[in-house]
Amino acid sequence: MNRPWIGPEHTYASVTDKISAIVLTEKAPRAWLWGFGVSLLLLSMLVAATVYLFAAGIGVWGVNVPVSWGFAIINFVWWIGIGHAGTLISAILLLLRQKWRTSINRFAEAMTLFAVVCAALFPVLHLGRPDKFYWLIPYPSTMGVWPQFRSPLIWDFFAISTYGTVSLLFWYVGLIPDLATLRDGARRPWASKVYGFLAMGWRGSARHWHRYETAYLLLAGLATALVVSVHSIVSLDFAASLLPGWHTTIFPPYFVSGAIYSGFAMVLTLAIPLRAYYGLEAFITERHLNNMANVMLATGLIVAYGYLMEHFMSWYGENAYEHAVTINRMRGPYAPAYWALLLFNVIIPQSLWWRRVRASPWALLAVSLSVNLGMWLERFVIVITSLHRDFLVSSWGMYYPTRWDWATFLGSLGLFFTAMFLFIRFLPVISVSETRELLSEPGASRS
Amino acid sequence: MPPLTIDEWPEGWPTDLSRRDFLKWSGASLALALLSACRQPLEKIIPYGQEPENLVAGKPLSFATALAQGRSACGVLVTSHMGRPTRIDGNPRHPDSLGAADIFTQAEILNLYDPDRSQVVLEAGQPSHWQTFAAAWTRVLSGLRNGEGLRILTGAVISPSLGDQLSRILKRYPGARWHQYEPVASDAPQEGSLLAFGRRLLPRYRLREAEIIVSLDSDFLGSGPGRLAYAREFASRRRPERGQPMSRLYVAEGTPSITGSMADHHLPASQLQIEAMARQIAWACGARCARLPLEEPARRWAAAAAADLKRSRGRGLLAVGEFQPPMVHALAHAVNHALGNAGSTVEYLPPPDFRPESHARSMGTLARDMGAGRVSALVTVDCNPAYAAPADLDFPGLYRRLPFRVHAGHYADETAAISHWHLPLAHPLESWGDLRASDGTVTLCQPLIAPLYEGKSASELLSALFDENPRSGYELLRARWRHRPSFERFWLESLSEGVVAGTRYSPQRVEPRRTLAERLEPVSQAGYELLLRPDPTVLDGRHANNGWLQELPKPQTTLTWDNAALISPLTARTLEVENGDLLELRFRGRLLEAPAWVLANQAERSVTLHLGYGRRAGGKTAAGLGVDAYALRQGAEPWGGSGLELAKRSGRRALAATQGHHSMEGRRHVRAATLAQFKARPDFARQTEPGPAAEESLYPRWEPGEYAWGMTVNLNSCIGCSACVIACQAENNSPVVGKQEVLRGREMHWLRVDRYVEEHPPRMLHQPVPCMHCENAPCELVCPVGATVHSQEGLNEMVYNRCVGTRYCSNNCPYKVRRFNFFQYADLKTESLKMLRNPEVSVRERGVMEKCTYCVQRISAARIAAKKEGRRIRDGEVVTACQAACPAEAIVFGDLRDAQSRLSGQKADPLNYDLLASLGTRPRTSYLARLTNPAPELAS
Repeated sequence: MNRPWIGPEHTYASVTDKISAIVLTEKAPRAWLWGFGVSLLLLSMLVAATVYLFAAGIGVWGVNVPVSWGFAIINFVWWIGIGHAGTLISAILLLLRQKWRTSINRFAEAMTLFAVVCAALFPVLHLGRPDKFYWLIPYPSTMGVWPQFRSPLIWDFFAISTYGTVSLLFWYVGLIPDLATLRDGARRPWASKVYGFLAMGWRGSARHWHRYETAYLLLAGLATALVVSVHSIVSLDFAASLLPGWHTTIFPPYFVSGAIYSGFAMVLTLAIPLRAYYGLEAFITERHLNNMANVMLATGLIVAYGYLMEHFMSWYGENAYEHAVTINRMRGPYAPAYWALLLFNVIIPQSLWWRRVRASPWALLAVSLSVNLGMWLERFVIVITSLHRDFLVSSWGMYYPTRWDWATFLGSLGLFFTAMFLFIRFLPVISVSETRELLSEPGASRS
Repeated sequence: MPPLTIDEWPEGWPTDLSRRDFLKWSGASLALALLSACRQPLEKIIPYGQEPENLVAGKPLSFATALAQGRSACGVLVTSHMGRPTRIDGNPRHPDSLGAADIFTQAEILNLYDPDRSQVVLEAGQPSHWQTFAAAWTRVLSGLRNGEGLRILTGAVISPSLGDQLSRILKRYPGARWHQYEPVASDAPQEGSLLAFGRRLLPRYRLREAEIIVSLDSDFLGSGPGRLAYAREFASRRRPERGQPMSRLYVAEGTPSITGSMADHHLPASQLQIEAMARQIAWACGARCARLPLEEPARRWAAAAAADLKRSRGRGLLAVGEFQPPMVHALAHAVNHALGNAGSTVEYLPPPDFRPESHARSMGTLARDMGAGRVSALVTVDCNPAYAAPADLDFPGLYRRLPFRVHAGHYADETAAISHWHLPLAHPLESWGDLRASDGTVTLCQPLIAPLYEGKSASELLSALFDENPRSGYELLRARWRHRPSFERFWLESLSEGVVAGTRYSPQRVEPRRTLAERLEPVSQAGYELLLRPDPTVLDGRHANNGWLQELPKPQTTLTWDNAALISPLTARTLEVENGDLLELRFRGRLLEAPAWVLANQAERSVTLHLGYGRRAGGKTAAGLGVDAYALRQGAEPWGGSGLELAKRSGRRALAATQGHHSMEGRRHVRAATLAQFKARPDFARQTEPGPAAEESLYPRWEPGEYAWGMTVNLNSCIGCSACVIACQAENNSPVVGKQEVLRGREMHWLRVDRYVEEHPPRMLHQPVPCMHCENAPCELVCPVGATVHSQEGLNEMVYNRCVGTRYCSNNCPYKVRRFNFFQYADLKTESLKMLRNPEVSVRERGVMEKCTYCVQRISAARIAAKKEGRRIRDGEVVTACQAACPAEAIVFGDLRDAQSRLSGQKADPLNYDLLASLGTRPRTSYLARLTNPAPELAS
């Protein structure tokens, strides 16, 4: 596959026009309106569910004793995981000089940012007293009380806030040249004013470019560490506990690869309809899709290896409780979720070994959706099956999500897609400046 | 536009209120509002024992009195905070308490403050006044010549003064009749003694003397007036590690009971089998009686029990359950006499009733007279016949035809609904009175608080009805006992001690008749067998409105808020039903639909249904829960019988059980061994799941404080009665969450009793689980805000104010003892419930975690007392609420740093083991393993 990363028909000007046209056209396309409308509806469901949650209490969800964590934590881990692909694409691939990242990094970063927002919502919503969430922040309180630094939830707080900040900065810094392009291309005065303000006076001088490249590289370096650290720390929420099925050293690497796996699945889920609708096939080529599918296949195999090792260790470790959790996952009341997870996460993605699947955008979309679902189920299985039957048989119980659990989960999708649709409408989904750079690659046309 | 004036007064506002009336009413409201702040009884009440005479602001006082549940009275000490009773404990000087208190007695405090309690006189359901009633009553009474046609219906009267009062009334109105009906107190024990001795006597066991106890359906540890004392006596013979010989308990029963769960040999047996076994044992012990065919394994079981009884003459005991027919009781009396057990392990005392009689017959007579039109006025006092009378009498139908119907009760219940008048009764804690214990000891009962509403006590009511000059309960009681020499001193002492000296009955010397007149009726064993039994937590339905008791998991099933048809696993397989599936029960032509609950150790073809549910009135909580088993009840067969038809119906009902899994899955949470195994390996319990040594940790150990609090629970003593659970709930202001929340798994008990069923040998094991107060507490590590922390003295403390509610601590607690306020469970609105609260314990708000504190408020109180005297806290000075309530003294709390403390002794016991020790949590709460003493004959 040595085809170029950009269609041969494109020039500097056409790249700029094609990408900024999505933003600068006067009328919002009908499909965009529909998508945005549905997302907005889901978002209002989230708002309603949250208002009701705050009014009535956490009891409106299905959580109980022994299953004190439910959908909120599942969704939190799922969203954080999704975010990881964006950071990986923008940071690690940048450092590794993988040029193909340029056409997907922008919206992958946006996806990261919105996923982090969705994720960060849940730990606050799930508190018994959400109005006191700021007690997790180390600040010099008049009460003289600090957070309890041995708790993984505090590490979590640092990991996520750092991740959110760096992701935002990285995304914004990368946007600056493009914002200037939009400023210059905008026909309406208010649009050019807003874009101009956000472009912070970018003129494209050599000095600007120099500083920009330096800053971008530094941020990439920072973000690279985060790709590994954030989900490792999230996994410690589980691994640092003593519950069978949670208390395991394999969690950090297994969570990180799972995160990248689900993240790439989400990038594909977004990219395939996007390129089809806006005719961006020349920018997000089949070669891109193929590469992403390869990453998915690789991380998927690591995840599958993680599942295998979990089972191996529960057998090899001879810990009766650990063993019981494994058996319960396979044969207990939540066994359907477990087998579905294996189907969606391990079996179906094996189709990516075939080039025909990797080359077919719609087959790839189906696999990506399967992985998205599978990764959600994986978190469900981890959170619920370990909790619902732990050490003392007497305290075994069941967890059933309520309609408010579902409303909050689907509502968070609404938040994500609302943000995504706004992003598509008002910011360039593909980095104009970096794509123009691609044209200087050998093999690209430069007429 | 309509004129504005129309809506000026809200609906219900008396529009004819004059200015003067308005001022009068507001003045009265103000006075009442002030009064509610000081509700001390008008007469002088006497604090218990040696306590300070005077009230010290902020220091609770305790007062002795007694509370009755049907035929059993329990002496209690009531804690009163500034004139506000908040808690009920047992009175150590009372023979039926010995300091312990059962669930019903403790939960009476909630009944006192129940907002649904009857508050005013009702005329045909509408609020009225005592004066209005008095006028109506006088007209009716004067119309009855000599009281002809007047009937009084009460529950079992065990109050000497109330009995005297009733006798006086009957003397004055010779035409009047007094009937007694106690729905769930059986006549059979007294009838049985009539058969055997020709007298109404009741056996009282002396379990300290008993080496072999054979129980035929007798739940002596779980029901009946003597149960608290029996539990203690029984436990004293179950400590073989202390060198005492261990007793052996055989239990054959239809439906598993608390006593059955303590058995060394448990045998599920049908009613017919039990009678056959009684005859078999009696025959083997030399009694001349007919025998019934007996099949294996019951035959072998009965033979072993009989052999054991014969081997330990004078040290054995054959106990028979109150729901067994009189003949079986008579057989047991014969056996106990033949083996010389009478006078040693069992003695005979007159019943506590003022007028012992057959309640079934008394109720039957009343119904017959009502049907024959011989009753023109019926006064029902503290009894709910429209709900609890046998269905075949059609009491409501007969009752509705009476010209004058008065009901006096604590609730506007089913009977009140079809009465002309309903009169509110005062709560026992608002009344003067007296009660006789099962051994005859009388307690003078004093009120703790002036009546909250317009209620009168039963004696005040009778005085108001029949005396020319109605007298107060105080005067009536003093008049009854005035004949005592040096009366004022007697009065002071009796009230202060909670028992009247010298009232105990002396054991009666009796000889059983040589031959037992008996008829052996041919018994058909067609179909299933129905067992109607009082509910373990709401009894006959009297506690149906008590949220604590409704939410208390029933000892065998852990069901809450419901009753169910309890069936054996075999029956369930035959009918293909699962828990909650609806069954149709057809008995003597009556139909009832009830959800099924599969219960291990239930006799194979027996179906148990608990009475007390299916209430149609009697409070917001009570109505609409469960199914009404009284619908199947026959006057002649109050406890059921054979010939039940059972069929599966479509549909199911969600049943809220607090424990869903009853097999230990091989995890040995409760460790048990036989006596022989224990002797071979005394430390078997500790070896089962050893934990890491204390020094095997990367972290430094906690700096020890001045004290190191700890607890042991002796599983050999614990009978699983749940008294500790209610004690904890009352002490710690634990809220009630309701059936829907229990279904979600959100009950709030800080202390729960786990139940495990084992198949080989078939038995049930109990394990009370409070917070373990781990030295390496997993919960403390994971809290992000430091809301759960370790104290210097080893308590794992919960800081409610700091908790943000991540619930991570609950996830990480391997014992799952933490409870979370998913909603605002504590009722902060109902005024009367605010008075109930223990002021020493915070009421928790929504969104915070809570759990057992080892009653830290009691530790603090002891510490303050010790500091004032400049000494250490003494051993036994801190008694946790659960420990105080435990009849079997299974719970020991104390200081581990004191090598001489009782707790240190328990911890050194070879049976002592930590739960989930392998996790290295180093719990401060530990258990003493269970031992059984099986008979060699049945061991194989």
